[in-house]
Amino acid sequence: MGKTVAEKIFDTHRVGAPLDDVHIIRLDAVFCHEITTPIAINDLIARGKDRVFDASKIKVVIDHVSPAKDSKTALQGKILRSWARRHNIQDFFDIGRNGVCHALFPEKGFARPGYTIIMGDSHTCTHGAFGAFAAGVGTTDLEVGILKGVCAFHYPRSIKIQITGQLPEGVYAKDIILSVIGRIGVDGATHKVIEFSGPVVDAMSMESRMTLCNMAVEAGATCGICYPDMTTVRYLWKHIQHEYSSPDQALASFSVYLPDKDAVYDAIVEHDVSGLEPQATFGFKPDQVKPAKELLGTPVDQVYIGSCTNGRLEDLRIAAGILKGRKISESVRGVVSPATSSIFRQAIEEGIIQTFMDAGFCVTNPTCGACLGMSNGVMAEGEVCASTTNRNFNGRMGKGAMVHLVSPATAAYTAIAGYITPSFHKP
Amino acid sequence: MKNFNGQVLFLDRSDINTDEIIPARYLTENSRDALRPYLLEDLSLEGFNFKTDITGKSVIVTRANFGCGSSREHAPWALEVNGVHLVIAESFARIFRQNMFNCGMMAIELPQEVLNGIFTDYAGTPTHVTAQIEDRKLIFQNQKKTDTVPFSIAHFDAELVRTGGWVNYADAHY
Ligand code: SF4
Repeated sequence: MGKTVAEKIFDTHRVGAPLDDVHIIRLDAVFCHEITTPIAINDLIARGKDRVFDASKIKVVIDHVSPAKDSKTALQGKILRSWARRHNIQDFFDIGRNGVCHALFPEKGFARPGYTIIMGDSHTCTHGAFGAFAAGVGTTDLEVGILKGVCAFHYPRSIKIQITGQLPEGVYAKDIILSVIGRIGVDGATHKVIEFSGPVVDAMSMESRMTLCNMAVEAGATCGICYPDMTTVRYLWKHIQHEYSSPDQALASFSVYLPDKDAVYDAIVEHDVSGLEPQATFGFKPDQVKPAKELLGTPVDQVYIGSCTNGRLEDLRIAAGILKGRKISESVRGVVSPATSSIFRQAIEEGIIQTFMDAGFCVTNPTCGACLGMSNGVMAEGEVCASTTNRNFNGRMGKGAMVHLVSPATAAYTAIAGYITPSFHKP
Repeated sequence: MKNFNGQVLFLDRSDINTDEIIPARYLTENSRDALRPYLLEDLSLEGFNFKTDITGKSVIVTRANFGCGSSREHAPWALEVNGVHLVIAESFARIFRQNMFNCGMMAIELPQEVLNGIFTDYAGTPTHVTAQIEDRKLIFQNQKKTDTVPFSIAHFDAELVRTGGWVNYADAHY
């Protein structure tokens, strides 16, 4: 019987015999940030086990609230910082060199085809864009990962979602994933891995694939996975060139993690995106999705462009392309947060930051900040935000505030109009 | 092993997410105890008052996909420091469910028909649950009725409950 991507990865990483359906797998990387890691560190210290399994496989960033906004967040940073120093963890990214974890770590080449990765963060599924098995876990799993380099998972079952058809102009990976979640529901893939495949995914940049995989967890999935191909190799090349004689050789070695033709899936879903329109969420659940034009005219107080979903250079370019030479509505606060320092730098060089500022946007440093209602753009009760992030939960960006999830393009059009619109619109 | 018996808090809604269980604004706390006052603060459920309705409750009975959303273990911790060690639902989000067992707590799934019956017969009345783990049975009881409901739990999860969680277990085995 053939195997899926996740099954192949599990079979090369298994430690010991499975316990019923539970498999213990060896980890290639453990990612850490300052919100979920300090409690794990404190617990390890309390247990007299302040050790790490392999400092070279632990990657650490301070990203959620950066710079610290108060003494408590400063303490979280301090605990993480001194732990990383104590254990000589080289890949530690502090303010000035940091970025939102799921944008930063791929940039550094830390996610690779066939890897097993955990992090105390639900959007760890993003790294599946590289053909890795990457799963968000809680603090206890993280703690054991740090200490022992292993994690327990149920043997993965997979769903294959084939994205087919002709993606219309002005419609993006964000619209595709919103439409997928709208279709299968917030628990449509619970306990499962989603393999995203098909010609539309094959044609996507790594950035777009990350947007796609980023929101797999919004359908309950353990991980979203794209198949490694030349796009993957080219993105990673500067980090892997010393390991392979040529890109072709790298691709050949990654191909062992492609699924077998006769792999068994719980479901194979064909998702035709021909005729797909820009999407937006309308409730407090990410599967409450409709074409953005059906929300046309919904006034917004803030437009937020950023996060691990849509804060990458490709996203900023799309939004800036729309904003160029225009001003955002006076009734809107525009906030843009480039996802990493290098994206920020590149956006300055390309004139993108200038465009945002000319349009009336506030540009913040890289941080999660407003995405989880922590800093840099928290909403007031009763306010409405059109946001390129991934969660519209009640209270997510501020108690009593409403979030509409949209693509960077729809966010830009909305900022100009002052109300939700997927295109230039004059009332 | 933790205590899995006590009075029930019924939450008659599906898809209750981790932001509702413990809002992100409290994730800056570095101790579990500090989360105590904020459990379910943002729950959107008609008539629910997080300040008073949790008092004295040790078991939550709810609907499908409980604990969806973020990976924050603060959600089970917020339950734990409030003395709630058992959540019974139609289904759970993966990370939340794993976090519960990793902490030595229980997330038990019951079929929809069974839960429908329990909501019909018990919700709105003072209800007590006793979990007989060895026998894999839950006993629901109010002034009028008693029902014994079987449940299943994987061997691995039962081991986590018995040993007090994943850190203890992993340290002993790997
Ligand atoms: S940007 Fe938002 S969703 Fe992404 S890691 Fe940060 S808080 Fe989580």
